[in-house]
Amino acid sequence: MAGTPLKHLGPALWNNTRAAFAFLAPATVALALIGIFPTVFALVNSFRQYNLARPKDPTPFIGVDNYLSVLQDASFWAALGRTFGFLLTVVPVQLALGLIIALLLHKPGLSGFKLLARMSLVVPLATAPAVAGLIGRLIFNRDFGVANALLGMAGAGPVEWLGDPLNAFLAVALMDVWQWTPFCALVLLAGLSMVPTEVEEAARLETRSRWQVLRHVQLPFLLPSVTVILILRTADVLKMFDTVFTMTRGGPGAATELVSVYIQRVGFRVFDQGVASAQAILLLILTIVLARLYIRFVYREV
Amino acid sequence: MTTLAYSSQAAARPRRYLHAWHLVGLLAIVLFAVFPFYWMVATSIKTQAEALASPPVWLFTPHLDNYTKVLFERDVLASLGNSLIVALSTTALAVGLGTPAAYALARFEFRGKQDLWFWFITNRMLSPIVVALPVYLMARTLNLIDTHLVLILVYLTFNLPIVVWICTDQFRGVPKDLDEAARLSGASRWAIFWRIALPLAMPGVAVSAIFSFIFSWNELLYALVLTRTAARTAPVSATSFMSGYDLPWGEITATGTLIVFPVVIFALMVSRHLVQGLTMGAVK
Repeated sequence: MAGTPLKHLGPALWNNTRAAFAFLAPATVALALIGIFPTVFALVNSFRQYNLARPKDPTPFIGVDNYLSVLQDASFWAALGRTFGFLLTVVPVQLALGLIIALLLHKPGLSGFKLLARMSLVVPLATAPAVAGLIGRLIFNRDFGVANALLGMAGAGPVEWLGDPLNAFLAVALMDVWQWTPFCALVLLAGLSMVPTEVEEAARLETRSRWQVLRHVQLPFLLPSVTVILILRTADVLKMFDTVFTMTRGGPGAATELVSVYIQRVGFRVFDQGVASAQAILLLILTIVLARLYIRFVYREV
Repeated sequence: MTTLAYSSQAAARPRRYLHAWHLVGLLAIVLFAVFPFYWMVATSIKTQAEALASPPVWLFTPHLDNYTKVLFERDVLASLGNSLIVALSTTALAVGLGTPAAYALARFEFRGKQDLWFWFITNRMLSPIVVALPVYLMARTLNLIDTHLVLILVYLTFNLPIVVWICTDQFRGVPKDLDEAARLSGASRWAIFWRIALPLAMPGVAVSAIFSFIFSWNELLYALVLTRTAARTAPVSATSFMSGYDLPWGEITATGTLIVFPVVIFALMVSRHLVQGLTMGAVK
């Protein structure tokens, strides 16, 4: 009896664009003002000659000149290439370590220690990336850094970490692995716990090979997690700034200058707002593609 | 069930062996995750000589001089205050603006819903440098450089999507029947949201607020570009020691510890929702 009027009311109550708009308007207007408006402004600036170091100069429109110079700028492509190189360095390690951690946390038994391990995973995630960079700079110091001290105990000579292009790249990558492996582990763990318990137990009775169980039973449930990790990590590395800035400032030379660090330098240390805006817009396009992929593959139900 | 299956297949000894390896693995996780943080905290309670010792000192007498120095001689106390003001204000604003929007996304059917969704997720992934360039120019024109206000507003670019995302999920879990019954008894739409849905969604709202606080508290790029001295936040302060040859590592790590410690506490509070927050609700 009581259900009948509600059923009539339901669609009428919720198919109401005007009411929805009233609830959405504040957030949408705010985000438009602080998100879209500046982005449009950046788009306008990307067609201008605009250098902050010469404040008296006019800022005329110069068409697509900034884009042409960005596309021909070897250091921009180098920064982008370095960014994807970084991604290809850290993500496989993070996935592998993350999977090992997830399997250890998924395995039955030792629940007290598992809780302790899970809680400790929160620490890297909570550390401000800027502070993570500072820690990296401390740990990888050539003279008094603990990384070289540990290598010394193993009999390996002191490594020039932050002064050498390749080693500095690896050191920043190692800090990223420290900071983001817990994220991968927790996402993969969520995937592992999606496997129905009966299925997993039945598989364990069938075979004693842990690899077989992983490959045929657990992997299908892990694939969505892997997709989430791949897309989000790509977005995060494209916007990565804080850790690099505090750890190496992009150096030595440009060895650790990832794309966001590079754009920041062009915009705020070379002061070329026109060119930096053009680079930022290209980065925005890349991000939109990624967001589309995320929606397409991750939120299938939306 | 599991225990039975295991013990019927394997003899007692290999099983204990397996257990030992499991334990070693778990302890290795703890070591891996906590060590760099431990090293920072340890360095912050060393003297400068101990901090720069080679090989590093593992055993030492802790002292708190670095903390009194950064808090009372440097401007770290003020910058922690700035960080607190900015993070709390932007979080309050994000929750105030975001929860009604989340309610609408969870409840109503309307055109353009997918586009809105897409827009929010793009904001989550966007590099701050894209927004920082134009916002810097705009803030300069409006005389907003080095104010709390500009950071409070610009942090909404990532806080609002987080709040909307987590709260939409939460509102979906609140039964529609309650809203519909209230509507029948004559409640306004706003009253339904404010008196019925929002209180029931409070756990999600709290989680999203903590996330919003953490991300704002930790942020560096915007703060670096948009503040100078008066509104300088703690992460910028921590980086400001990084000039000169002999870095005051004790003071740097003390500042770092002051930044990270409260966040670790907060993050432990939401640790069950950590993944949900970091993946924008895609993984629970």
